[in-house]
Amino acid sequence: MLRSQNWKQFLEETGALSRFTSRLFSQWFRPQYEISEFLRQCFVIGYKSLPLVMLTAFIMGLVLTMQIRPFLVDYGVESQLPAMVGIAIVREIGPVITALIFAGKIGSSIGAELGSMKVTEQIDAMEVSGTNPFKYLVVTRVLAATFTLPLLVMLADAVALYGTYLGVNIRSTTSFGLFWTQVFGSLSFGDVLPAFVKSFFFGFAVGIVGCYKGYHSKKGTEGVGRSANSAVVLSSILIFIIDLIAVQITDVLGLN
Amino acid sequence: MALQEETAGTSRVLQKGAPVLSVQHLCKSFGSHTVLNDFCVELYEGENVVVLGKSGSGKSVLIKCIIGLLKPDSGSITVLGEDIPSLNDEALDTIRMKIGFLFQSNALYDSMTVRQNLEFPLRRHSINLGQEQVDQLVHDALDDVGLAHTMDMMPAELSGGMRKRVALARTLILKPSIILYDEPTTGLDPITSREIIQLIKNVQQKYHAASLIISHDMDCVRMVADRVVMLIEGRNYREGSYGAMISEKDPLIKAFFE
Ligand SMILES: Nc1ncnc2c1ncn2[C@@H]1O[C@H](COP(=O)(O)OP(=O)(O)OP(=O)(O)O)[C@@H](O)[C@H]1O
Ligand SMILES: [Mg+2]
Repeated sequence: MLRSQNWKQFLEETGALSRFTSRLFSQWFRPQYEISEFLRQCFVIGYKSLPLVMLTAFIMGLVLTMQIRPFLVDYGVESQLPAMVGIAIVREIGPVITALIFAGKIGSSIGAELGSMKVTEQIDAMEVSGTNPFKYLVVTRVLAATFTLPLLVMLADAVALYGTYLGVNIRSTTSFGLFWTQVFGSLSFGDVLPAFVKSFFFGFAVGIVGCYKGYHSKKGTEGVGRSANSAVVLSSILIFIIDLIAVQITDVLGLN
Repeated sequence: MALQEETAGTSRVLQKGAPVLSVQHLCKSFGSHTVLNDFCVELYEGENVVVLGKSGSGKSVLIKCIIGLLKPDSGSITVLGEDIPSLNDEALDTIRMKIGFLFQSNALYDSMTVRQNLEFPLRRHSINLGQEQVDQLVHDALDDVGLAHTMDMMPAELSGGMRKRVALARTLILKPSIILYDEPTTGLDPITSREIIQLIKNVQQKYHAASLIISHDMDCVRMVADRVVMLIEGRNYREGSYGAMISEKDPLIKAFFE
């Protein structure tokens, strides 16, 4: 049961997160730019999540194909298998699964890293050493997460489609060329673009929530653990909320 | 003549010009919890002042106000003639280059090597140094604390005492004229504490820096303090030499020196 206490906490948290976000935007384009730290973060974030993202994407492609096949066989449209799974992956499964893996892996590590930097006064030490810690730590990480996730999503889509190819060929044989022709033949601009755009927002959500939770970590090791944990929970929820909003927007714009 | 010089030498407290650091009527609360209430302290060139107070009395809050990490509610903080709370970011950066700050928890960046930790303040402050100069400064600073061989290690691979010394090296790398130490010996064994205290004394002799040392380690107080300031109930309860303090009858002060 939700008590008024919980509601108060929820509203306070929402307010604090919005303030944190507006602080981010106010510092975003102001010099000095931390370009090298941004690039380093892109590399770290991409490198850390790449193996896991690839593995889950491949399995998702394969499993989804095997699950859908019987249904299509019943209706005698088995030939539509690559097209159907391809659309599902590109429009929804790819971005959302990748974003959730990303939240679990990167959201928690940003939360824990900034959290422990906070409680061991490393953030204060940066400020004393002529560095704006908000720009150096938060802005670079949020930007890196925002721009890395869409790339990961594209890679994940591709790997998942290889999984699909394997899945299609378990029970029947389709040539490699025909498979890709069928997949790309069914995909249109309206399938790819909204998925691509929303993955920027997913990445932004993971980055900002991880940084917010870490930056406001409570003292002590327990506080750090809690920051990491709640970063994952909150960013996962946000991913679904953004997904929900995105589908409404594409619907209104007639991109479906 | 010779006699005069000698008396001046034995009691540094006598050579007073303008203070390099002056905190006047400082007040700071968090919500309804008042931590500092009308606290005053002055620090003169070449002097070691120890601030004594029990845990939670606001000692860390005090030096975080001095370095500009916390904004005081009221009162003035003047460092080398600059009013800290009113400075903008750029001016604050400039003045912070002249202030060394040793954090209570060392605050070594644990994603960086010892070398990168020491390079950080050199590279981030707006000073132009060539790679050779940076290398030289890093090497010298580590050498001063006897840890030149740890250059490429990570902070996690060092012992507590070594980490404290690396943090000290990082604090001193810009050759600050004022150094703020937040409990430099807490959590160390007596032998290591004494080494750290000796390092602090060496630094003071080498650079003639003024130091504000926060501590509740009596060894440390006895060995380094030119003057002791008692921080009790948020204000400077009593001030004087170590000798004067140990002969105090006030139970609040006696509690520290027993
Ligand atoms: N950012 C903050 N927000 C709220 N309260 C704070 C904050 N920083 C310090 N305090 C409170 O101020 C008081 C003094 O804290 P401070 O860290 O200065 O103690 P201290 O004298 O350094 O103690 P110790 O010797 O244990 O380090 C504590 O009661 C603490 O709860
Ligand atoms: Mg303290």
